[in-house]
Amino acid sequence: MAQSFPEDVLEHVFSFLNHDRDRNAVSLVCKSWYDIERLSRRRIFIGNCYAVSPEIVIRRFPDVRAVELKGKPHFADFNLVPEGWGGYVYPWVVSMAGAYPWLEEIKLKRMVVTDENLELISKSFKNFTVLVLLSCEGFTTDGLAYIAANCRNLRELDLGESEVEDLSGHWLSHFPDNCTSLVSLNISCLGSEVSFSALERLVARCPNLKTLRLNRAVPLEKLPNLLCRAPQLVELGTGAYSAEIQSDIFSNLSEAFLGCKQLKGLSGFWDVVPAYLPAMYSVCSQITSLNLSYATAQNPDLVQFVSQCGNLQRLWVLDYIEDVGLEALAAACKDLQELRVFPSDPYDAEGNVTLTEQGLVAVSEGCPKLQSVLYFCRQMSNAALVAIARNRPNMIRFRLCIIEPRAPDYLTLEPLDAGFGAIVENCKELLRLSMSGLLTDRVFEYIGTHAKKLEMLSIAFAGDSDLGLHHVLSGCESLRKLEIRDCPFGDKALLANATKLETMRSLWMSSCSVSFGACKLLGQKMPRLNVEVINERGPPDSGPEDCPVEKLYVYRTIAGPRVDMPGFVWTMDERVSSRFSRATEGHGD
Amino acid sequence: MNRILGRRAILNFIYLMSPPLLDVEGGGRGNAPLMSSSASGDCISQSGSGLKECNFLGLSDCSSVDSSAVSNVCGENKNNLNFKATELRLGLPGSRSPERDSDFSLLSSGKLDEKQLFPLLPSKDGICSLMQKSIVSGNKRGFSDTMDGFSEIKSSVFTEGKWMFNANGSDSGTPQSVVEAKLAGNAGINVILTNNSSGAQPSMKKEVPTRAPKEGQNKMNGSNNNSSAPAAKAQVVGWPPIRSFRKNTLATTSKNNEEVDGKPGPGALFIKVSMDGAPYLRKVDLRMYSTYQELSSALEKMFMCFTIRKCGSQETPDREMLGENKFKDLLHGSDYVLTFEDKDGDWMLVGDVPWGMFIESCKRLKIMKGSDAIGLAPRTMEKSKNQN
Repeated sequence: MAQSFPEDVLEHVFSFLNHDRDRNAVSLVCKSWYDIERLSRRRIFIGNCYAVSPEIVIRRFPDVRAVELKGKPHFADFNLVPEGWGGYVYPWVVSMAGAYPWLEEIKLKRMVVTDENLELISKSFKNFTVLVLLSCEGFTTDGLAYIAANCRNLRELDLGESEVEDLSGHWLSHFPDNCTSLVSLNISCLGSEVSFSALERLVARCPNLKTLRLNRAVPLEKLPNLLCRAPQLVELGTGAYSAEIQSDIFSNLSEAFLGCKQLKGLSGFWDVVPAYLPAMYSVCSQITSLNLSYATAQNPDLVQFVSQCGNLQRLWVLDYIEDVGLEALAAACKDLQELRVFPSDPYDAEGNVTLTEQGLVAVSEGCPKLQSVLYFCRQMSNAALVAIARNRPNMIRFRLCIIEPRAPDYLTLEPLDAGFGAIVENCKELLRLSMSGLLTDRVFEYIGTHAKKLEMLSIAFAGDSDLGLHHVLSGCESLRKLEIRDCPFGDKALLANATKLETMRSLWMSSCSVSFGACKLLGQKMPRLNVEVINERGPPDSGPEDCPVEKLYVYRTIAGPRVDMPGFVWTMDERVSSRFSRATEGHGD
Repeated sequence: MNRILGRRAILNFIYLMSPPLLDVEGGGRGNAPLMSSSASGDCISQSGSGLKECNFLGLSDCSSVDSSAVSNVCGENKNNLNFKATELRLGLPGSRSPERDSDFSLLSSGKLDEKQLFPLLPSKDGICSLMQKSIVSGNKRGFSDTMDGFSEIKSSVFTEGKWMFNANGSDSGTPQSVVEAKLAGNAGINVILTNNSSGAQPSMKKEVPTRAPKEGQNKMNGSNNNSSAPAAKAQVVGWPPIRSFRKNTLATTSKNNEEVDGKPGPGALFIKVSMDGAPYLRKVDLRMYSTYQELSSALEKMFMCFTIRKCGSQETPDREMLGENKFKDLLHGSDYVLTFEDKDGDWMLVGDVPWGMFIESCKRLKIMKGSDAIGLAPRTMEKSKNQN
């Protein structure tokens, strides 16, 4: 039947399929569909750069235009992955430079990128348009200069929250005068000052610029200059939002904002001076996305500003908003879908803000569309969690961080098992969950029983025994990413659920009780998993077999063990295992 | 001593357990769910229908060799296929707890049979008692104390987390000895746990309480004084889970906003540390330390493994200790010196300026060979003279 359809008809039909999952499904139907699909796939997403090799990808998909790669495990964001672990984009760039001359887009997350890589990108792809580097590192502003200078049709340059070695702001001036294609520019992570006049001219000559996220060094007084030249902006990230209180600065600012009729998103606000917040009042009602998470403004200024934004869908804010502010938010912003509350002083056990579980409960009550939460607080109760769960069965992402590890329900002093249990039981579409506080194996039983759609789970300082881990691995059918730290999970659950690991993208366990011997065994038995042991204090075989490894990272792969591991990472496979056992038997090697 | 766990034992194990919990299919499953939803829904209540034979790895081959490998590997109680055995019993070595056969469900049972085993234990709501004790008494325990307490508890009280000692860090007494006895009995996981939770992270300070007693204490805002306490609370690496970008931004923001009493602000201060000859960098959070000595010890630990590889003799059993001593010699002797790059881009010897001034101006650290650093000394003197 497939033969009766000409290939180009099929190809045309497939061109409507953009999602990876749909294309993967199509490719399984029959050999000719597989071939048609692979020749026509233009965008690939690789959630773990070590799960596959560039060669394998290029062989299957010969004509790709957009690549998205992720490198280090998520816990690298919190310094749990030592420097030098890996995630180098180098082999990918080199291979793609040869194989995909028409590549247009590269999006990287948590990868190591060097200036040489950036230079190669800028010179290898004539049609290069989009470069997104989220939480990446390893490059300097010199590398950015190559991109600016050589990518003639650059549309998007987004540096995310990357760690860039800031040699100077001069790189921005490398955008040629005839570059008019920019649509999105995010330099908010950079420290040093860019030439303002170069920036101004760049903004002025790019009529399609929709997103502009400045860095802290851009002064507030100069912001109107940019806004006037880009009234079409949809997303704006301010620089430092502070200046001496002067009426002309204020009026210039207000007038500039008044002209931004398309503005929907605001961010930045470093060093915010609250007196200048009202300058944005004219756009508040348009704003759907507001990131005040670097703004140290307090109430009443803060809540006053937020309450003006009645159409808010996403709010990121510091805990200065306090319960009273969240209650006002719940009353004013009925379209709110995502709330993130970050701690202003995470290392102070007491905290000096009145942000408690009440604020979150209020928002869960008042905002019917609330589906995504990240909340840092210092106290929580089962009652509150149950209320939240009952209010918001539509919750999709729920991440709660109670600052003190193993903190119990502050009212009853019991574990928070029942509360989180209510979350997974009521929120049947839950995709992502991060837990904290005092938790026993019981909560994992709830999770294994109810969290059937859960794809990502983060656990810290929780559980009592391997049973907890077993519940999760055996019960959570949709689990893709599991990250665990400081939990008493050991060998048994891991080994008993070894095949489950092949159905997941990755598993991270640090400061748990997984023994070196179990890691070896897992690596031996599961050739399609890379079982990586990270031991900074010395080789894992320097102690007895039942000695726990410091960190364990297990991921499925068809590329075999990687070859770029630093000295403190060992892959457990056949060869390695036998090498280790020889070493422990005698004092060989 | 090592019991080979044979096929019969595996089967026994399977019969004893409620099967859906172990319904691990052999072989890869692709995208298919591990368990059908009905099975998983029943996983708690059912006991004993539709047994599925599988080995502990969930693989189709079920060789006894594998099992014995695992039991050797785990190095502890040999019926390790039996999940009941994962619940490490309380009690001194030699005592045996009664077999708990059916109930694997944590939900239904709040009672534990072990209660009578361990007369010292106060109540079944063990964990609550601990918190109660610490909170009600008005003496807030330090975070590190709590951590230690819990780690000791967990190491001996694997079962369902309901048991615990009245283990205040201070009154050692019997609970402590029980822990130790337990440790002696089972060399494996208990020891691991205790060490792990409380000592695993080299950068975590154990000695300092997070919360001072409320009496006679003004609100401790952020950090305490420099000398006795670290700049921040006893910090666990990577907790709370906040990205470096945010942490560093917070640090700079608060420094701008409140310059009070020279107190170091909140937030972390991650800087890169490199060492001549070492293949990769490390990052340290300067706010974790309050003296040069602390920083130096931490760096020694971090870079120890490089010097072992460089000069390490693999034959000596105590090679790690040897390495450590050697490193100390290296660092404190003439071989290596610690230098830093300041805000002006100059490289200086570490240690000449007061600690507070140092962390304000330090951009990165480098462990240099002593011979390379000779030229630095005079400049440092000059520079500090100029600054003073």
